[in-house]
Amino acid sequence: MSGIPPFERFYESHKGEVLAFLRRRAGRDRADDLFQETFLRALHAYGRLEHGEHLRAWVLTIATNAVVDAGRRERPTAELSVEPADEDQRPAVEELAPLTDDLPPKERAAVVLRYGYDLDYDTIGAALGSNEQAARQAASAGVRRLRKEKEQR
Amino acid sequence: MTAVPTVLDERFRTAAAASGELDVAYDVLDDTPVGRLLVGVSELGLCRVNFDPEPEAELERLARQFGPRVLRAPKALDRVRAELDEYFVGRRHAFDLELDLRATPEFHRRVLEELNRVEYGHTTTYGALAAQVGAPRAARAVGTVMNRNPLPIVLPCHRVVGANGSLTGYGGGLDRKEWLLRLEGALL
Repeated sequence: MSGIPPFERFYESHKGEVLAFLRRRAGRDRADDLFQETFLRALHAYGRLEHGEHLRAWVLTIATNAVVDAGRRERPTAELSVEPADEDQRPAVEELAPLTDDLPPKERAAVVLRYGYDLDYDTIGAALGSNEQAARQAASAGVRRLRKEKEQR
Repeated sequence: MTAVPTVLDERFRTAAAASGELDVAYDVLDDTPVGRLLVGVSELGLCRVNFDPEPEAELERLARQFGPRVLRAPKALDRVRAELDEYFVGRRHAFDLELDLRATPEFHRRVLEELNRVEYGHTTTYGALAAQVGAPRAARAVGTVMNRNPLPIVLPCHRVVGANGSLTGYGGGLDRKEWLLRLEGALL
């Protein structure tokens, strides 16, 4: 047994929460398109999952990503230069992702959600199915582990 | 918990079916003359017909056999549904569907292919089928193959009866076997 539930069960378990999350992050109008985008991306990656843990954090990470991408698509480059903060967010994620590949899943999710997506620990706790304190601990454990790996290189 | 509007839910399921990324698209047909049926298709063709489905267990089985991307996507079953509807009112005597038997063991597949030649309204026996696949003493094994038929109705295991003409058994229950044979005019 792979431990990966049939997609139907994954979708049914998380669709309500994903829609609520997208409505909060992107507004009701844009949430519908992003909902479909999120679950199509999840479906695309689902066959390559190696285990069925932290699927909630995983799909909320995908949803966050979809929001960020939609934001970039909607803003012409000219406008982006007026809002450099948004431009900065992306490289952080792209730099982080390969670095964190070897971290345990929970720590990886916490590090990426915190430093890649700038989510607060409360939201990350919710995404990981735990709480603010556990999210804080997972993120700092992940960072410690990354530092150690960097020293060893 | 936020309720996902039906329109949005159906829209995603349709898009997922169209994406070509599902391992199995399935639907549950609630109101056929033989009761509730779960039907599933893969990219290769029809891969499941199931009586009295317990969706949880059945979805796990489909995921193990075909891959985890198993989703209820009614749109992908339009053709299967239409052919079954025609069959159930007696307007279709043969199914024109691609079949996916890749999860079925070799011997089973040979027997099922032979079974597929038994025509509408006709019956055969376990022993005769066994002889046709070159294993004349394997009538019991043929019974097991019928019992595990992943595509009942479409692969017509209801057309296989005992040597003395009795209905013997049916994975979906004898009532259904009798109903199907009456529909086809094989029983009076």
